[in-house]
Amino acid sequence: MNFETIVGLEIHVELKTDTKIMSPAPAHFGAEPNKNIHVTDIAYPGVLPTLNKKAIEYGMKASMALNCDIAPIMNFDRKHYFYPDNPKAYQITQDKRPVGANGWIEIEVDGKKKKIRIERVHLEEDAGKLTHTENGHSLVDLNRQGTPLIEIVTEADVRSPEEAYAFLEKLKAIIQYTGVSDVRMEEGSLRCDANISLRPFGQEKFGTKTELKNLNSFNFIRRGIANEVARQEKILLSGGTIQQETRRYDEATGDTVLMRIKGSANDYRFINDPDLPDVHIEQEWMDRVRNEIPELPDARKERYVSEMDLPEYDAHVLTLTKEMSDFFDATVKAGAEPKLASNWLMGDVSAYLNAESKELHDTPLTPENLAQLVKLITDGTISSKIAKKVFTDLVKKGGNPADIVKEKGLVQISDEGTLRTIITEILDNNEQSIEDFKNGKDRAVGFLVGQVMKATKGQANPPLVNKLLMEEIKKR
Amino acid sequence: MTLTSKTATELQALLQKGEVTATEVTEATLQTIEQREEKIHAFIHVAKEEATKRAEQLDQEAADTRGRLFGVPIGIKDNIVTKDMTTTCASKMLEDFVPVYNATAIEKLEAAGAVNMGKLNMDEFAMGSTTETSYFGNTLNPWNTDYVPGGSSGGSAAAVAAGEVPLSLGSDTGGSVRQPAAFCGIVGMKPTYGRISRFGLTAFASSLDQIGTLSRTVEDNALLLSVIAGEDYNDSSSSAKAVPDFTAALTGDIKGLKVAVPKPYLGEGVDEEIAKTVKEAIAVLESLGAVCEEVELPHIQYAPTTYYVISSSEAQSNLSRFDGLRYGYHTENAENLEQAYFRTRQEGFGDEVKKRIIFGTYAMSADHHEDVYVRAQKTRTLIAQDFDSVFEKYDVVIGPTAATTAFKLGETGGDQLVHYANDVLAVPANLTGRPALSVPCGFVNELPVGMQIMGKHFDEETLYKVAHAYEQATDFHKRTPSIQEGK
Amino acid sequence: MTTFSKEDVKYFADFVRIGLSEEDKENFSVKIADLIESVSNLNEVDVTGVEPMTHPVAMINVLREDQPKDILDREVMLASAEDQEDGLIKVPDIL
Repeated sequence: MNFETIVGLEIHVELKTDTKIMSPAPAHFGAEPNKNIHVTDIAYPGVLPTLNKKAIEYGMKASMALNCDIAPIMNFDRKHYFYPDNPKAYQITQDKRPVGANGWIEIEVDGKKKKIRIERVHLEEDAGKLTHTENGHSLVDLNRQGTPLIEIVTEADVRSPEEAYAFLEKLKAIIQYTGVSDVRMEEGSLRCDANISLRPFGQEKFGTKTELKNLNSFNFIRRGIANEVARQEKILLSGGTIQQETRRYDEATGDTVLMRIKGSANDYRFINDPDLPDVHIEQEWMDRVRNEIPELPDARKERYVSEMDLPEYDAHVLTLTKEMSDFFDATVKAGAEPKLASNWLMGDVSAYLNAESKELHDTPLTPENLAQLVKLITDGTISSKIAKKVFTDLVKKGGNPADIVKEKGLVQISDEGTLRTIITEILDNNEQSIEDFKNGKDRAVGFLVGQVMKATKGQANPPLVNKLLMEEIKKR
Repeated sequence: MTLTSKTATELQALLQKGEVTATEVTEATLQTIEQREEKIHAFIHVAKEEATKRAEQLDQEAADTRGRLFGVPIGIKDNIVTKDMTTTCASKMLEDFVPVYNATAIEKLEAAGAVNMGKLNMDEFAMGSTTETSYFGNTLNPWNTDYVPGGSSGGSAAAVAAGEVPLSLGSDTGGSVRQPAAFCGIVGMKPTYGRISRFGLTAFASSLDQIGTLSRTVEDNALLLSVIAGEDYNDSSSSAKAVPDFTAALTGDIKGLKVAVPKPYLGEGVDEEIAKTVKEAIAVLESLGAVCEEVELPHIQYAPTTYYVISSSEAQSNLSRFDGLRYGYHTENAENLEQAYFRTRQEGFGDEVKKRIIFGTYAMSADHHEDVYVRAQKTRTLIAQDFDSVFEKYDVVIGPTAATTAFKLGETGGDQLVHYANDVLAVPANLTGRPALSVPCGFVNELPVGMQIMGKHFDEETLYKVAHAYEQATDFHKRTPSIQEGK
Repeated sequence: MTTFSKEDVKYFADFVRIGLSEEDKENFSVKIADLIESVSNLNEVDVTGVEPMTHPVAMINVLREDQPKDILDREVMLASAEDQEDGLIKVPDIL
């Protein structure tokens, strides 16, 4: 029997506000334990939540970018459960009236486009952090308690690990473009759980699903889903049944491991939080927030292909992050030819960033400088080969590439007289090569060009060298 | 006349003029408290050292910067948090708990120059109407110590009635300021929901809770509310409405005032003598020019059960934070986290609190959520609509504050169901968020009776005006319990 | 007669982490049954088409600007905790 893979994703994204969603304590990653706290975060008697306007607007922004309808009226609910990282024993979240609903993202896998529907986007507060010590105790840090989150819940539209990967890559790009989150998995500002089930092809009813947690990178998500699908398939094929349970991805083995069986043991007893008045989102407010959303990756991709004649692949890679795409746009605006700018960004620039584990903003490179570099090539001032040398300096120290070229004496030699003198000398010393060429050995020209380049430290204008070399050989 | 028998208004006039010092008033107050506490036990903590130090500081301040309550003693219900001063909620759970911040109401009192004399007894976590569920023992009614002072703000009412302090703060979730005020023969106001910040008031039921003010006279009460009311950054449900000087409303003129008297308020379940006393009070209002008419409130009989469901449900939510991990009582015998949770909460909470938490959990649980909890919320809407239509035509709704006079100690065992008839009168103001005030209007068997005046949202001025006009036309507020004469 | 068994008491008390003695279970089973019986009068009310009331005074859009304020001192916070270690609140282990 063949099974169809059914996956729904739940993604938590931490919003990049200055303060928490329900208290004015600072909200940023990496502070000393329990330093980012307000009395409200400790759930002392008498404390009350106060709602952060920016968190609401970020929730709206993300929802809009994910093509959701925005709730005209929304509220916050209490979700009850006991845990040391949850001081009030309830989490303030949105149950019945989330900020966004009925959205979608378009993904592309193996050249096929597909929409993944988004059921809802809701705002909520993050929990604190609990760590376990070896001597039988746990330690609580409440810095993260109250950090604003959005939870994005997809419909069960994902049909393969590859689709899950493509969805997350796209989601991450979109969220990052809106500027509401850093979406860094390694810092926990993007977290993903997957609900996975199988059903025989043609069957309408979904099979029993398992929830997969601890998926800390996109690759783990892809591998975790694949391995969970394989596990379920094996059980079903041997006549077994799937239990409704929560499983954990083991990074070391790649397997999924049972965490707990889901029972009816939890009853969250949602109530509309009386401490927080409803939020009404009027059209004017919605419009203002919508206007703050920058051009999103799909629109940029489309523009790169149709207006700049870039290949689809280039357009895709350049739009994966807003920083790269913004940099590309600025480089073109500064006068660089689009395909050349793209080649540089996808080639040398990306290679450098990967090798150094850096982001564009960590380097002194500016779009203007990159555009200048590209122009130096197109106007023949330097060769592509020299340009690579210039780039090495440029990306490390910054500055105007024209100055670097001058300083290092790297200007391309395009003066016919100078080159002719050098060529004559080389031909004089390599008569055998001229002979070889005349006998039909084309390789001999390559050797001679190499000699010219060597003599000019690579600065000779290659097309001109070729032309003059041929003229001089003919003379002999 | 001794210093401690004076009203806050009288005291502050003397203090402002410098005829007495804050230190003198504080010393006299501490002495009075010491004498009377052994009879009524209104305080959980008498802030002797703190108050003395505070009064000395106040006396150093320049005369022209003195606030409206300069040097005036006040007592605070022990569920309102006071920085560096224990706040127990009358529970073992918070027996040694010392808050790290002040409630907004406390901040405002401090800014106005009031002197906090200490923390007042109450039913545990404000759950009760007798002050008998306090972990620290019950408070006694100053008029007759065989009786309860009412509750849950029993300490707040008894301390004022006994002349220990001229003013106190209480909290009112379902009558907890007004009923003890009535039982102790003083003035008690539950303002409109949102009038006073709840920041720092330990939550019992967040959609019903409101800090209230207690005093011997209407004028004092209006003064106190003027000081502590107002919008607060820390409480999103606090109102941005401007706060008037409520004492300016005490004109004595209530000619043409339209008074609604709901039929059930003087009918079945209400003690006949009380009904008679309140009818006489209404006659006094008529003689002052008010026009009184009977009205119907079709859903009023469902108010108590609506209240039980909503208050218990919100309470189970609000009281879940007490787990002993970050503060408060924690069990000594737990080997792991789950045991710690269960045992801390078993050992830390009293029976009435546990019962309400478990009942609230039932009412909100998945199987009963719609049928019990949401049904109560919908009934709440209907009750609010009943009052909305009455207030379209009338300025105030009047009736008894409580259906009986104070209960004998131990008579009810603190059980909430015994008080159904009282709750019909008490809880609508909380369910509808409306202001309501109790003013002394007579005695039955030498125990005080209160008249309740309920008003339009944010119209505390009219309530004070009516209560003041009535008070000035009668002598009940001049009677004091014998404990005040030191007998 | 509404019944609320001792098992019911335990079932709901477990959600809110309240330990119970045998005596507690008996006591609460009677008292909560009475309460449930009492609130069953709400079933008489016709609530068709009625919206639930969640807030006593309608307010909207009470929002705070995104500026840090009133940071609580860690040592002050930790002073009331059951136990602490390296700036963290120490709590009993999960198992």
